Amino acid sequence: MRIVFFVSLAIFALIAPFLFYPVFLMKLLCLALFASAFNLLLGYAGLLSFGHAAFYGTAGYVTAHALTNWNMSFEFGLLAGVIAATLLGLAFGMVAVRRLGIYFAMITLALAQMAYFIYLQAPFTGGEDGIQGVPRGEFIGLIDLKDNVNFYYVVLGICVLSFLAIYRIVYSPFGQVLRSIGQNPDRAVSLGYSIENYKLGVFVLSAAFSGLAGGLSVIVFELASLGGASWHLSGEVVLMTLVGGVGTILGPIVGAAIIVTLQSSLAEAGQWVMFIQGAIFVLIVMAFRKGIVGESLDPHSDVRKALRNIKRKATDKEAALSRKSRGGEK
Amino acid sequence: MLDIFDISIQMVMAQVAIGLINGSFYAMLSLGLAIIFGLLNIINFSHGAFYMLGAFIGWILLSYLSVNYWLALILVPIIVGALGVIMERFLIRKLYDVDHIYGLLLTYGIALMLQALFLNLFGVSGEIYPVPAILEGTMNLSFMYLPIYRGWVIFASVIVCLSTWYFIERTKLGSYLRAATENPELARAFGIRVPILVTLTFGAGVALAAFAGVMAAPVYQVSPLMGVDIVIVVFAVVVIGGMGSIGGAIIAGFGLGIVEGLTRVFYPEASSVVIFVVMVIVLLVRPSGLFGKAV
Repeated sequence: MRIVFFVSLAIFALIAPFLFYPVFLMKLLCLALFASAFNLLLGYAGLLSFGHAAFYGTAGYVTAHALTNWNMSFEFGLLAGVIAATLLGLAFGMVAVRRLGIYFAMITLALAQMAYFIYLQAPFTGGEDGIQGVPRGEFIGLIDLKDNVNFYYVVLGICVLSFLAIYRIVYSPFGQVLRSIGQNPDRAVSLGYSIENYKLGVFVLSAAFSGLAGGLSVIVFELASLGGASWHLSGEVVLMTLVGGVGTILGPIVGAAIIVTLQSSLAEAGQWVMFIQGAIFVLIVMAFRKGIVGESLDPHSDVRKALRNIKRKATDKEAALSRKSRGGEK
Repeated sequence: MLDIFDISIQMVMAQVAIGLINGSFYAMLSLGLAIIFGLLNIINFSHGAFYMLGAFIGWILLSYLSVNYWLALILVPIIVGALGVIMERFLIRKLYDVDHIYGLLLTYGIALMLQALFLNLFGVSGEIYPVPAILEGTMNLSFMYLPIYRGWVIFASVIVCLSTWYFIERTKLGSYLRAATENPELARAFGIRVPILVTLTFGAGVALAAFAGVMAAPVYQVSPLMGVDIVIVVFAVVVIGGMGSIGGAIIAGFGLGIVEGLTRVFYPEASSVVIFVVMVIVLLVRPSGLFGKAV
């Protein structure tokens, strides 16, 4: 069952660029990676960051700058972005992990807003215009990335490797400690773990993967803009993760697919997209806190129970009907 | 020292005055946030949206029903406060048993919905709310001409903040509120009806945001985006003041308004980030905020 699922997913991912617009798929993959990186923090360590766009946007600007003005190659440009996001993650993390829960969310939001205002005014970001015409270059000097299908496979490869790395982190001893911190920080302390260091560690990891996603997306769109660092994107990544399922590996990917598809299919609806996103937030928080993947994996979930009840009632009715009809024949 | 920067005392005082006006709004909004946080333990992300809603309802009342400013100052908080009561009763109440971050996410969703709704109805360009006739004109303060309306904003906001502080810290009902904040179970055991108190507190906090919105309408443009712009700054103000501290929220609100104004004199480029920089410094030195209790 599992193998069938993953094999069909792989086949789909390989033929997808011939069925859909490759740039759309690349955007989806970048945001799926971004959401997975975010989920590493919220889903396992229980830390809600409301300023994750800072890492996505920072890496985007640095990558764009490195490719456009320093003529770096694709790989090194991406690496420069990841390093920038990692350092920023370290700086933000050192301020933010000292506070818990709600404070953490507010502080990360405020820090990200600070970064946003700096990018709005700093000369190297191009302000409202952003950095335009970022060259795509070649992958390891061989594959021409100006071709969308080629580029799609490179993005797919990078994202799949990152998903595997995140999976590996989550199920490593480090990941186990993170989960224990998320579930019961006091006990984690009493077991001798320095939880602030673990939190800082996962925060920096999450920032690094967010940076990878941000750098990639800038090369895909050949544009680095303020939108990549806005609070709105920080909110969107929370939404994707919630919709798909917090604390599941597949959840953020499913969530990103749903939200990106929703956005592109409602592109003409303008501001109503934001309204719908807000409504989804409310709906998820009130009714499906585990998200789509979370609810479908959990045999005890309320949604499943409700479905089972409906099914049982239906079969009961059928049974009663068939008994009746049999009785009638006699 | 001022000569080095070639900046006149007039300019400094003018920016301090503008800083005080911004600070008035920071103080009123962070006060509401702090009260709500104290009792409900949720961060109300929709606070900025209710501030925007207050300004818009005031503007709609004036434009379509010609309800004047003074009446709006009373009516709008009641309307928005009632909305807040409904929201607490039917949505937020269901989330008290789960992690507090869901409260933040719920109110974030509501903020998005409200903002999108008004963007669709009125567009991004702001609407103009005229200054009420009585408060037109300027005062001569010898170092600058202060528009009378702006003077009124500072005055009214100080009054509102002080009376809220007095109500919470010095009256009987305020002591119930503090008891329920400190220990809701024990407060209930003593016969205080905590759920009603919680509902009313949320309504009052939101009404305060709406009041600030009406006050802001003639100063800034009435725009759907006015709420998000301010709410994140107010978050930083609340963190600096110390979460849950009423006095801290008020002092930090006015103080940071002035700091922002002064930054505009000496280093204008940094004026939009200075509050966040102060937040970082405060967090590094005193993680629980200037007036907060260590947690």
